[in-house]
Amino acid sequence: MINKISASVAEALASVKDGATVLIGGFGTAGIPGELIDGLIEQGAKDLTVVNNNAGNADQGLAALLKTGRVRKIICSFPRQVDSWVFDELYRSGRLELELVPQGNLAERIRAAGAGIGAFFCPTAFGTELAKGKETREIDGRQYVLEYPIHGDVALIKAEAGDRWGNLVYRKSARNFGPVMATAARHTVATVFEIKELGELDPEAIVTPGIHVSKIVKIPRVATQAGGFRKAA
Amino acid sequence: MMNAPKYQKRTKDELARRVAQDIHDGAYVNLGIGMPTAVANHIPAGREVILQSENGILGMGPAPAAGQEDYDLINAGKQPVTLLPGGAYFHHADSFAMMRGGHLDICVLGAFQVSARGDLANWSTGEAGAIPAVGGAMDLAIGAKQTWVMMDLLSKAGDSKVVESCTYPLTGIACVKRIYTDLCTLECTPQGLRLIDAVEGLSREELERLIQLPVATAN
Repeated sequence: MINKISASVAEALASVKDGATVLIGGFGTAGIPGELIDGLIEQGAKDLTVVNNNAGNADQGLAALLKTGRVRKIICSFPRQVDSWVFDELYRSGRLELELVPQGNLAERIRAAGAGIGAFFCPTAFGTELAKGKETREIDGRQYVLEYPIHGDVALIKAEAGDRWGNLVYRKSARNFGPVMATAARHTVATVFEIKELGELDPEAIVTPGIHVSKIVKIPRVATQAGGFRKAA
Repeated sequence: MMNAPKYQKRTKDELARRVAQDIHDGAYVNLGIGMPTAVANHIPAGREVILQSENGILGMGPAPAAGQEDYDLINAGKQPVTLLPGGAYFHHADSFAMMRGGHLDICVLGAFQVSARGDLANWSTGEAGAIPAVGGAMDLAIGAKQTWVMMDLLSKAGDSKVVESCTYPLTGIACVKRIYTDLCTLECTPQGLRLIDAVEGLSREELERLIQLPVATAN
């Protein structure tokens, strides 16, 4: 019998190893898997590469993970925020490596990993600093930059509801990076507020089919809070 | 001493209204963070315009009433928004595919500098020691059928932000089609700038003096 429901965050994250690449979902306030990030801090894996759109806010969540000193490198599109002081300090003191990636390239490189694509030519960033040193090609009169996939060892995502096969649905713009990250990691863990019986989730509306999910953990429903994002990024 | 200018700048609202005036009925539009966001408030009555937000929303509505905020429903500037009836959610890769694939009609962005041929610089001032951050700027710049820039023509120091070639790090090459400013509306072409309109009392010659580049007339 397939049962991807985990009794606890600790159990779901037990297999995370030192040196892992960890894809973490979320954009702004929406879709951040806070319980799983806290669980990863607790779990203690180190020498991590983290992939997220941002680089943490204030002192909680991803910022708290960075603060442990167990993250070697971050791959993101927008690290600088009004309250990204943990990242700022680590980056400025040379203790955290940054790979800055345009947001659409970040999403597509993760998608490519999940889709078995070896690399792809993308027009974004051609002729800019962020394409320096990368292979380029003119195709049909337009210039493209060669981009490689971003594979994860682990993906941590936040969904709304799931079932024991690992099928997931999301809520509003909290979907963001979740579905692509789920496909791109060897071990995908999702938190859900509700666990449904098989067949209860409308098959026409399932966003992430269970094949992409390793573990789901039910967490108490807490409305997503504001905070940390008042100033425009 | 210089004579007082015989013209008045467009206010922020007037500039937003000027941009909105050119957005056609039925257009799919992405409004960048900052000044462009205000364009949504000035879409002329009778035109149905569908707004995209790159974090996975099509059919984005206005900000919710105080107390009605849902922080699972935010725009790319991370502010709470609403969804119009008929709106849809999708994931980040689909959202940027929608943009990069040329499915959006118009994208309106802010800028530090735009060159006469449409090169855009809007993500970094290249200042030493600054923490770089790009977000969706480079994807937006090259994605839509038309990229428009909305900005003040002159910097606070009085320098033209429309330039022969950008000195700030580039966001995209030859990607800007039109520049809407507080003093004029310009088209970027492979041959250089072309005047679409200017505020009353501002002559083309005076505008060329401000920009220090030739500005061709409408034809």
